[in-house]
Amino acid sequence: METSSTRFPANVREAFADQQLQRALRNVPTGFIKKRAAARDRLPEFDRLRDAARDIKNHTLAHLDLYLERYVDKVEAVGGSVHFCTSADQARATIIDLCKGLGARTVTKGKSMIAEEIDLNTALSAAAITPVETDLGEYIIQLRGEHPSHIIAPAVHLNKDQVEADFRRVHSHLPRDRVLEEASSLVNEARQVLREKYLASDVGITGANFLIAETGTSIIVTNEGNGDLTQTLPKAHIVLASIEKLVPTLEDVSTILRVLARSATGQEFSSYTTLSTGPRRPGDPDGPEHYHVVILDNGRSNMLGTQFQDMLRCIRCGACLNHCPVYQAIGGHAYGWVYPGPMGSVFTPSLIGIDKAGHLPNASTFCGRCEEVCPMRIPLPKMMRAWREREFEAHLTPQSVRWGLGVWGFFVRRPALYRLLTGIGARTLSAMAGRRGRLKSLPLAGGWTAWRDLPAPSGETFMAQWKAKKP
Amino acid sequence: MTTSTSKDEFIERLRRSLKVSGDDKARRQAVAARLAAHAPNLVPERATGDAAHRTKLFIEQASAVQTTIDQVKTAAAIPAAVAHYLRQHNLPQALRHGADPLLKGLPWKKGAPSLAISEGRADPADDVSIAHAFAGVAETGTLILCSGADNPTTLNFLPETHIVVLEAGDLVGTYEEAWARLRARFGEGVMPRTVNMITGPSRTGDIEQTIELGAHGPRRLHVIIVGK
Repeated sequence: METSSTRFPANVREAFADQQLQRALRNVPTGFIKKRAAARDRLPEFDRLRDAARDIKNHTLAHLDLYLERYVDKVEAVGGSVHFCTSADQARATIIDLCKGLGARTVTKGKSMIAEEIDLNTALSAAAITPVETDLGEYIIQLRGEHPSHIIAPAVHLNKDQVEADFRRVHSHLPRDRVLEEASSLVNEARQVLREKYLASDVGITGANFLIAETGTSIIVTNEGNGDLTQTLPKAHIVLASIEKLVPTLEDVSTILRVLARSATGQEFSSYTTLSTGPRRPGDPDGPEHYHVVILDNGRSNMLGTQFQDMLRCIRCGACLNHCPVYQAIGGHAYGWVYPGPMGSVFTPSLIGIDKAGHLPNASTFCGRCEEVCPMRIPLPKMMRAWREREFEAHLTPQSVRWGLGVWGFFVRRPALYRLLTGIGARTLSAMAGRRGRLKSLPLAGGWTAWRDLPAPSGETFMAQWKAKKP
Repeated sequence: MTTSTSKDEFIERLRRSLKVSGDDKARRQAVAARLAAHAPNLVPERATGDAAHRTKLFIEQASAVQTTIDQVKTAAAIPAAVAHYLRQHNLPQALRHGADPLLKGLPWKKGAPSLAISEGRADPADDVSIAHAFAGVAETGTLILCSGADNPTTLNFLPETHIVVLEAGDLVGTYEEAWARLRARFGEGVMPRTVNMITGPSRTGDIEQTIELGAHGPRRLHVIIVGK
């Protein structure tokens, strides 16, 4: 997918000005956050399960080569094929070759963030193969020519009336006077329209939440059942999965599943967790005749063995997005690539480069809520800081910031001088603010005071007060 | 396939990044041991208890996600229970099941004389299906169904109403217990083509986070628990 991460500041200004978006974003805290908290409270072992889930992924990543070997052997033993792709280009070409080989003209798709990452739909269309998204949220944004704004709720940036307008525009074969005001009538209409698409499809493409090495199994987790119709009805099922989806055993995946839905939607378990192992067996009356797995690296192996390896524990639950004050304010599109929010701010620079995604690790208040809620205990703030350091070292930080940090660095290495100057500064600001205790404007601080008053220091610095109070 | 990378080259990249070699015996042993042991990790307390506790918990958890539950004493009572459920919800008296011996052997003519029964995979026109669960998991009110001629996967997703027969003896506490039974039935490291874990009817929250049932799969999921 093309990135607009480089123009993040402009994206943010547009997001703030977008009234529709701001209205839609109000649903995020009320929906996801309360439901997750309730699910966590219902399971006393929740935090210990997070520790166990983290340990499973750490072990798997440290032995990823061996678990991948085993997984491939198991898939091939039941008649499936595995294709290895190091880049997005290679993955697109592989999938198109497979589709052409199967004589496919239409493919249905389950929700896959990796398919977004490699911009699969554009490539399929260019090869005269029609992709049909079947997850309701994905279907809606496909109609609009947009990308997902959330990794589990792709259309969270939209309101009901926008969806109604799109359905009336695209489903022009249906009666004009039909009633579409309720969410239920929109869901029903999508159900009817997409039912035909499933039945007409030649190939079903899904992502994978997990790959199990023990059994050669791929897993999808959905609530709608769209992924199941996608992979069961056509003659071929193509699974698109990245290397970090591997887990050793059924027991290990069970542990991680216990924290996935609870963290994502606050459900005890998603409606459908489906384990697929190879193509149709002798005697099976249904299921795909062909089963292909496309394994994608696309920059991930470069994270192994580095301080960013922990990011590969991510199970894409979206909890860090939901709890992030920055995401809540600007939504997902402003981040400018597939993965928004804190996980994206760490992951995106790894995949597309810090030169393009440098703004993202800076879009954080470091409040730490992302790490607090992460089911895999990924130290997201620490890794955002690491990216900021790399950005600085690569001389990508703006000149004014580098100059400012240089000046600060000079003084902070000279404590006596630093204390003297901060003392003078604190008293000056305090005097300027007067009894109100706030400043309406201040030279060099326009970025702050344009939007809100700057609280002034109370008069003395912390160090001065500490010295005075020490017995 | 010429477009993709070879397996060896792909895995070698991982090894370079991890700074490991493929013939490190200790690493191979660690992996082989974990796969062979497939030991359970931490398992929630809530799922431990006797059969009565499991049944109660299963019903609680399943009901919380809009699964409806019926309990019958013997399999012979299933046809009448099915006919009653369909009448109650004003649904067509027509039903599809697979080659499952339990379902095929039920006294349908006697218990539900007006019910039209057909056998095989689901047809897009089918309104109601019935399947026999491999297991039920009390922990989250989850059903486990295995693909094959006995219970074809399409029965679980195409019809608007999905009825599932769960034998009380197949109701376990945790997912891990279900996997142990799966290995006992199919063998170590062997899986049926599809294993469906189903927890409630199909739903979506994609429009303004309002939960709507019946997104693409069944609108109704009804479980009949048989026996004690």
